[in-house]
Amino acid sequence: MGEKKKKIVKSITIDVEKCNGCRACEMICSAFHATPQYSSNNPARSRIRLIRDPLRDIYLPVYAGEYTPAECMGRDKYVIDGKEYDECGFCRASCPSRDAFKEPDSKLPLKCDMCEDDPPQEKPLCVQWCLNDALIYEEREEEVEEDVKVEDVEVGLESMIDKYGLEKVMDTISRMAAAKRS
Amino acid sequence: MRYAETGYNLEIDLTRGSIERVATDPRDTELYLGGLGTNAKILWERVPPEVEPFSPDNLLIFSAGLLCGTPAPGCNRTIVSTVSPQTLLMAFSMMGGFWAPELKYAGYDKVIFRGKSPDLVYLWINNDKVEIRDASHLKGKGSGETAELIRKELKEPHAQVASIGMAGENRVYFASIEQGRSSASRGGIGAVMGDKGLKAIAVRGTKDINVARPAEFMALCKEVLEYIKFRNENPIPGVMPILAGLGSPQEMKIHDEKWHTENFMWGNSRVRRKGFWNDEIAKQWAETLDSMRTRLISCYNCPMKCGATITPPGLPTYMMKCFSKLTYTMAAYSDLAFGLEIAQRATEYGVDGFSTPQVMAFALELYENGILTDDDFPGMPADNEGRFYWLLDRIVRREGIGDVLANGTYWAAKQIGKGAEAFAHNNIKKHEQLPLKLSMLNPIYFLMYATGEKINITQIEGQFPQAPFPTREEREAFVKDWFQVPDEKFKQILLDWEPRGEKSMPYYPTVDMCCDIVDWQERMHYIDDALGMCAGLSSFPLKPPYHIHNYPKFISAGAGIDMDEETLTKAAKRYRTLIRAFNIGRGMRRKDDKPPENHWKKRFPELEKELLDAYYKLKGWNEQGIPTKETLLDLGLDYVFEEFERREIYSNSEGAPSEDASPETAKN
Ligand code: SF4
Ligand code: SF4
Ligand code: SF4
Repeated sequence: MGEKKKKIVKSITIDVEKCNGCRACEMICSAFHATPQYSSNNPARSRIRLIRDPLRDIYLPVYAGEYTPAECMGRDKYVIDGKEYDECGFCRASCPSRDAFKEPDSKLPLKCDMCEDDPPQEKPLCVQWCLNDALIYEEREEEVEEDVKVEDVEVGLESMIDKYGLEKVMDTISRMAAAKRS
Repeated sequence: MRYAETGYNLEIDLTRGSIERVATDPRDTELYLGGLGTNAKILWERVPPEVEPFSPDNLLIFSAGLLCGTPAPGCNRTIVSTVSPQTLLMAFSMMGGFWAPELKYAGYDKVIFRGKSPDLVYLWINNDKVEIRDASHLKGKGSGETAELIRKELKEPHAQVASIGMAGENRVYFASIEQGRSSASRGGIGAVMGDKGLKAIAVRGTKDINVARPAEFMALCKEVLEYIKFRNENPIPGVMPILAGLGSPQEMKIHDEKWHTENFMWGNSRVRRKGFWNDEIAKQWAETLDSMRTRLISCYNCPMKCGATITPPGLPTYMMKCFSKLTYTMAAYSDLAFGLEIAQRATEYGVDGFSTPQVMAFALELYENGILTDDDFPGMPADNEGRFYWLLDRIVRREGIGDVLANGTYWAAKQIGKGAEAFAHNNIKKHEQLPLKLSMLNPIYFLMYATGEKINITQIEGQFPQAPFPTREEREAFVKDWFQVPDEKFKQILLDWEPRGEKSMPYYPTVDMCCDIVDWQERMHYIDDALGMCAGLSSFPLKPPYHIHNYPKFISAGAGIDMDEETLTKAAKRYRTLIRAFNIGRGMRRKDDKPPENHWKKRFPELEKELLDAYYKLKGWNEQGIPTKETLLDLGLDYVFEEFERREIYSNSEGAPSEDASPETAKN
């Protein structure tokens, strides 16, 4: 258990009624996270995904959450206002059962980081680009128990370990390190 | 590294079933940009005038624009180019939606089809994996239905699908290519796709698109977004609602039916119903639209909402945009509910929403006038609306009279004879036009109708107000923040332009001013079509976010090509001239550069001649409309000049008779 601390909670309210299905959020998220920043874009690398099925009137922006090594035991399916959403539709996890929220080439997990940047962005990029106000950003102060912040690298490594086993990853890293040093 | 573009095209030979990935020449991008520009170059090089629209040698090119897939807002157009079976000239229809960016992310700028597949097939592009797949189970399926089935069988919900319906399969001359909320409809390109045995192209891409100078490019995009916000909050005063804002005409959002139903023509572009509109209709139609429209939707990476999902009672949901909302209604003298319902079937069949209603109204007019008789319509229902459904079903299957009507009013009239030609009265270059008939000649519109080689007024108009503002104050207010003009002189023209009196139509703007206005308007459309930009954010509306001053910067920062206004203007002129040259090679001449005979009641033949002469001169074309040697050499189109010499184009200045045989009569 961490101790209680004041913390800024960043929240994005998603008003699916206002979404026009443009996917600008996906595009700009991927551009913002490109290296160098904005040098390329690729919605498949986005940390927000628009689940879009116009004929069923489904427009559901979903943010990438935690990486999970194993898929859920069951599946859930929501029906809201007569619209049936796909299995796992609302889930934010980068999960082995699907392609969403993974780098298309390396399959490393992606997670929304609220566009943390130095200096900080006024608003997350997806919010800035959503002129239809389907994504509304708010900050509020809350008292929370401090968590140990898991670094991106750690999440990435964890998923590699899940995939290839600890030994293989260790071997590879020491080999690479040796190669870099020489 | 290539920026903005991928540097690769796919070459698909449907006869042999071969697929090649071909690197493109960056020099071509500098000279012709991309999209329409490079399409034109390829067509010029590979499709000589002898190649018929339905020849295996005709190419069908699907191209993303140069900036599609970059963060530039609203840049999502697919430009489809081929030889049109209807006009026998170059057809280049555009579609918005999501297809072009997806193609870019898959790693290609264009897909070029040649040959013909013996069996119905579709193409599946999944990044580096490209395959031609059997589509025999999709034969006769609707365009939207096809897209759904393909996504299911590929288990790829993110695939973007462009497909044809039954109309394209049966080579209807006004068959469209449909893609969700968008379609490439004009010029019968769907018929060429069907002729090639190609039912659909599905594409999925998960690769990066790079820009050359990221920070600069992003700053430009931000400016555009800010300006879109500003324009959305500040519609232009003193013009009708659909012209006040940005985007394609906001037909889905705005209840503007009064204006269209009272000012456009009903039936076969015949009857103007002044005073048609009343409170009861207003109430009823508003209810219809509000109850059937599920949501306003956009194309890729665009904050506007020009399309809508429509669910007519008891019918599947489909997507619609623009004026097709009213074309069926007005052709049939019916109501909005009928229009929205029949459009569902028409969209699945895959037909153009401008030509189709007119062709059907034309058929009924011939019937009323005894040129077609009961024998031509066996089993046709007696009620008006039922007839339209009946005709639509026959046309897309080419059954009975439908086989004739499927060639469009121009060719159908020729085939029918008995004076039917007089009823095919609303065409330019054999292609059906918007149902508009007006009183006095408008010199600007005269030039646009006569010379626009996209043969659709919406694809050349824009930028300059359609009518003068009544008061000086309004004009001053309008020009105050009109920074989009390429030259200050356009502001003065607008300031001096009066609704009546000395400085009014048709003699003011003067001939030279009209030429400059049209040249500017056309240039912006051509630039859009090369970059893949939506006309609704650029060439079409008044005071758009993209214009001649920021475009060069977008190209420089995005594609890494040094560009300024002059170079860009010259590039646009280069491929615009190349398209002219392509059509000249196919016999197009001055005689074809004319609006429908009855478009205006009051004509001014001398003024019209002067206008055309002056405009040709400005464009660098001779009095027959053929680009001159000087023009061609100045643009670096020496190869065009050489070909013109070889084919004795300049000495055969009359061109081909404009009544060649219809491609359908020479089935192969
Ligand atoms: S940017 Fe906004 S409107 Fe566009 S898809 Fe994302 S959430 Fe929807
Ligand atoms: S907040 Fe930032 S990181 Fe998260 S989805 Fe939006 S753009 Fe991507
Ligand atoms: S302005 Fe309208 S038509 Fe154009 S890209 Fe945006 S949504 Fe599509």
